[in-house]
Amino acid sequence: MADARGTARPQVSPINDPRWRSAIVQVLLCLVIAWLAYGAITNAADNLARARIASGFDFWNSTAGFDISQTLIPYTTQSTYGRAFWVGLLNTLLVASLGIVFATIIGFAIGILQLSKNVLVSRLAAAYVEIIRNLPLLLQLLFWYNAVLKALPNLRESITIPGGAVLNNRGLFLPRPIFGGAMDFVLAAFGLGVIGAIAFRHWARRRQALTGEQSPVFIVALSLIVVLPLVVFVAAGIPVTFEQPEMGRFNISGGIEILPEFAALLFGLSIYTAAFIAEVVRAGIQAVSQGQTEAAFSLGLRPGPTLRLIVIPQAMRVIVPPLTNQYLNLTKNSSLAVAIGYPDLVQVFTGTVLNQTGQAVEVVAITMAVYLTISLITSGLMNLYNRRFALKER
Amino acid sequence: MKRAILSLALATTIGLAGSAAEAQTLKSVQQRGVLNCGANGNLAGFGLPDAQGNWTGFDVDYCRAIAAAIFNDPTKVKFVPLTAKDRFTALQSGEIDVLIRNTTWTSSRDTTSGMNFTGVNYYDGQGFLVRKALKVNSALELSDAAVCVQQGTTTELNLADFFRTNNMKLKTVTFATSDEAVKAYDAGRCDAYTTDASALYGERLRTASPDDHVVLPDIISKEPLGPSVRHGDDQWFDIVRWVNFMLINAEELGVSKANVDAQMKSDNPEIRRLLGVEGKQGEAFGLTNDFAVRMIKAVGNYGEVFERNLGQGSPLKISRGLNALWTKGGLQYAPPVR
Repeated sequence: MADARGTARPQVSPINDPRWRSAIVQVLLCLVIAWLAYGAITNAADNLARARIASGFDFWNSTAGFDISQTLIPYTTQSTYGRAFWVGLLNTLLVASLGIVFATIIGFAIGILQLSKNVLVSRLAAAYVEIIRNLPLLLQLLFWYNAVLKALPNLRESITIPGGAVLNNRGLFLPRPIFGGAMDFVLAAFGLGVIGAIAFRHWARRRQALTGEQSPVFIVALSLIVVLPLVVFVAAGIPVTFEQPEMGRFNISGGIEILPEFAALLFGLSIYTAAFIAEVVRAGIQAVSQGQTEAAFSLGLRPGPTLRLIVIPQAMRVIVPPLTNQYLNLTKNSSLAVAIGYPDLVQVFTGTVLNQTGQAVEVVAITMAVYLTISLITSGLMNLYNRRFALKER
Repeated sequence: MKRAILSLALATTIGLAGSAAEAQTLKSVQQRGVLNCGANGNLAGFGLPDAQGNWTGFDVDYCRAIAAAIFNDPTKVKFVPLTAKDRFTALQSGEIDVLIRNTTWTSSRDTTSGMNFTGVNYYDGQGFLVRKALKVNSALELSDAAVCVQQGTTTELNLADFFRTNNMKLKTVTFATSDEAVKAYDAGRCDAYTTDASALYGERLRTASPDDHVVLPDIISKEPLGPSVRHGDDQWFDIVRWVNFMLINAEELGVSKANVDAQMKSDNPEIRRLLGVEGKQGEAFGLTNDFAVRMIKAVGNYGEVFERNLGQGSPLKISRGLNALWTKGGLQYAPPVR
């Protein structure tokens, strides 16, 4: 057979040319899909109008008229449905982001413990994983919520924690710090501390690269970031007062309030997702060839640095993609909040707002768009991380 | 999840099914051979399946009455248990033919939710359940109280209105179902639980020790409850509306489950028209002339339905109050059959 490379493409009619054919087929397919979508949308609008179901987004600026138990931005019963949407969204983001942090910490710890040489420790870690990941999340949320409520005392028998905090089945009430003007110095000291720590780390790395000598980066950074602002804080005369939670006839007011619904949801989501993350971490670590560890040991590295410097960085390349999935799952699962009364996006918007306005199509479409956006952003960030740490072939 | 599936179904049926909302409901119910009735699956007195799966309740009997009117068989009902927040989507999307689930008739639901209320089968009002130990005598003393409430209800809105107009501070804790709301209230999460007064008596029985709880005397809203159907099907609307009117007229005329056969021979022209002995009222609905007879044989008249499920014949022991006939000082009044 003759080598076709370098010779001109044979002249064929566009009908027989595979490039033309596939282009035409794809254009036709796009047109058909667009036509179907257009038909579905206009038909839906027609039918909604005929059934006299309100459509459009006019409801966004109407008065909501209902109360929400946890709001990160100012909200009253006189606020709009649009405001209620933002309240719900922020509540979702709050519980999801904190959940991701906690689930990651617990998950990494359990995952590494599963590989411990201590049989008791590794068995306990494995038992945690097996029990938690095999029970439905909704069941666990209801369990935690009811367990939290049942275990905590009634309002009248509140536990007072030294320092002014109060704990009962209405929540955890912490004194709210109110900072004086001298707090600016403390913040400035903190900023300087962070810059100093980064500079020291940079210097220590260069010194190690040049001379091989290591410096106590951790201790220096800790004293710059924590101890320095603390010293300034005390020197400035402790410029802080506390608003104490106060007992009213029915409820405690003032202070910072952590609702049991929020605690139960955060707890349940973190523990549940951590079990999956633990498996991801375990698999990731086991994917790193045993030879890497042996090589590290033969260079004289102790097990700690071996894990930290050799194994985990390689394992991360295996871990990150499935870890991203777990983060997405956690965010989406936070919508189960509705069962335990935490006002997340689904409860506030897809629940109450949809019901009060009756506009299912619009509200569900917005909610779907929001979750899609959150998921795409999360996975985008994780991909960014992945690309930075991927094996670079040079 | 159920919500998302329902909404998706709504979007696709509405998006692709052409003009589905025409006057077809009666025909499709007859072809299907069973009435899909959206009911409360969790409220003693109104809608609750027992251990054997037999549904009982005031609203449930209305579903049975419609089935009896159409099929001459009160068992040809498929009960679809719905939470407060899923009920409208279920009706809009066609999953149910009629919604009879202690649902309050309001202007916005009537105009923008694609539904029509056919009448009032129960005049209700919103009340509060509190612990006796709190020593609260009136809802006006509840300032700063935490209140548990079910989501997607008029209750949620009235609660906020009531506290605002009376300058009281409110902490609402909202749950998807009444079950979870009552449980949380019972566990001490809230000082009060609020819903329609009729339901409070049933919910009180579900707390760990009903005697420790009391229903406050205040009624803070009007809650006219009644069956609703989709917009755009006048024939079906008329049928569901007149099932209620026929039951009320039957009580007013003294026609009951026990005497309906004997009453067919009555000389009273009003009774004769009600029971289809005279005139062709039933055919005008697309049914047969004796459809009221079948309904009354199946569930009895309005008073019988009330007493059996809510009144003295039930654990709830709710007095007729506003729901007495207009002839006895109440509000229940049905247009005449003629």
